[in-house]
Amino acid sequence: MTRLLGALVGFFAAIGRVAIGLFATIGRVAIFAWRTLVRGLAPPYYPGRFLEQLANIGWFSLPVVGMTAIFTGAALAQQVYTGGSRFNAQSTVPAIVTFGMVRELGPVLVGLMVAGRVSSATAAEIGTMRVTEQLDAMETLRTDPFRYLIAPRLFAAVLALPVMVLIADSIGLFGGYLLSIGKLGFNPTSYLHTTRQFLEMDDVVMSLVKAAVFGFFIALLGCYNGYATQGGAAGVGRSTTDAVVSTFILILLSDLLITVMVFT
Amino acid sequence: MNGTPKIELRNVAKAFGANRVLEGIDLSIQPGESVAIIGGSGSGKSVTLKCILGLIRPDHGEILVDGADVTRMGARELERQRTKFGMLFQGGALFDSLPVWRNVTFGITQGRARDATRMRRIAAENLERVGLDSKILNLRPSELSGGMQKRVALARAIAPRPEIIFFDEPTTGLDPIRADVINDLIMSLVEDLGVTALTITHDMASARKIAHRVAMLYDGRIIWQGPRDRLHSSGNPYVDQFVQGRADGPIR
Repeated sequence: MTRLLGALVGFFAAIGRVAIGLFATIGRVAIFAWRTLVRGLAPPYYPGRFLEQLANIGWFSLPVVGMTAIFTGAALAQQVYTGGSRFNAQSTVPAIVTFGMVRELGPVLVGLMVAGRVSSATAAEIGTMRVTEQLDAMETLRTDPFRYLIAPRLFAAVLALPVMVLIADSIGLFGGYLLSIGKLGFNPTSYLHTTRQFLEMDDVVMSLVKAAVFGFFIALLGCYNGYATQGGAAGVGRSTTDAVVSTFILILLSDLLITVMVFT
Repeated sequence: MNGTPKIELRNVAKAFGANRVLEGIDLSIQPGESVAIIGGSGSGKSVTLKCILGLIRPDHGEILVDGADVTRMGARELERQRTKFGMLFQGGALFDSLPVWRNVTFGITQGRARDATRMRRIAAENLERVGLDSKILNLRPSELSGGMQKRVALARAIAPRPEIIFFDEPTTGLDPIRADVINDLIMSLVEDLGVTALTITHDMASARKIAHRVAMLYDGRIIWQGPRDRLHSSGNPYVDQFVQGRADGPIR
């Protein structure tokens, strides 16, 4: 009886520990984000570092983002066509490609692709700096890692992601257009006309807001996991994995929350 | 010696979770003095240095630098305080994304890219001090050998002209000749520039050469300290075992 009770207590204690651990981590990330904003907005500023990160996060992600967008746009058109033909709704292709790409797939796919590229690399770089004492050295040389390393990444990501999503939305719509005209036999003029009819300013703005939120999480979790790294090469590996996984989860979760809040 | 000590630690303690690393350190260092802390791996030597630099906040105790308590300082005050310090990290801790000359002048520019011509000149001067040629100015740290990286790191530590320099295992990983080059550099900094030096090491030859005074850290406390000449006749069984490098003795 006592053993059963002990096991039961142990079981609930384990659940409690996980919950406490989760909330503690959320708290630490929130403090980290707050510290980055407060320090990053006060001088000294590092415009060079900011531009460097803008190029790294934005410019160098364009090929992979462009490819993802064009393939997804085309595949979406084909799926809507095939699925729609079962109840004679093939003509909804331009409308659904527009909704799907701008409202959902554009921001989420760009977010995930950039997260895969940038969160991991950021966590690995800052994590390596942590375990090789470069962060301590930086502080000893009177340079704040929050201003020099972290804030430029955060601001660059929040700015770069919306621009990339705008580009990805356009390329995605173009991918759907190409497939619809080339393979599915749509009339180019009426396809474009329908697309324009269903392309709403509100949707585009929402797409960009999502992108900015995703950019924030990508840089924040990459930097946080890198900064909190402990224990050598294995620690850097763990941080990199944690950064990517937690960024993916937060992107998908915040996408759901924003979508549910705005589109109901 | 009398007067205000440059650095004074009073009953400094620090624990990481259940692991009590420092259990009350008392140590004072006079201006212009060179002190070495010896002790086994994991005895809290690095933590002691990081506490003095304000990188780690001790759980209790006071750390006075020129009479001001580091443990009570805010971020800005700490940053100002750090102009007094230079530190040579164990692995060098050079910034691998920056060329040598920007590494060496990092403490002056705080990472900003400005005044490149003057900064390159300052970098070359400091490299010369540590016996390196200005040909390496544009190389990345990863292109240098371990010994050169350590000397570049030393040039970076001395470039802002600190009053106090910390050396974390300065000779570890170097061959005996390169190690002695570093020892000579440390001595010349203390003797010529008058800096106060605190070195942590387990290289006995290095400790004997560079330090005026040696302190031994064991089990979170300073268990012995005295002038370097008495290192071999301390009468302390822990020090004897450590200095002679014996596996059997009071230290397990």
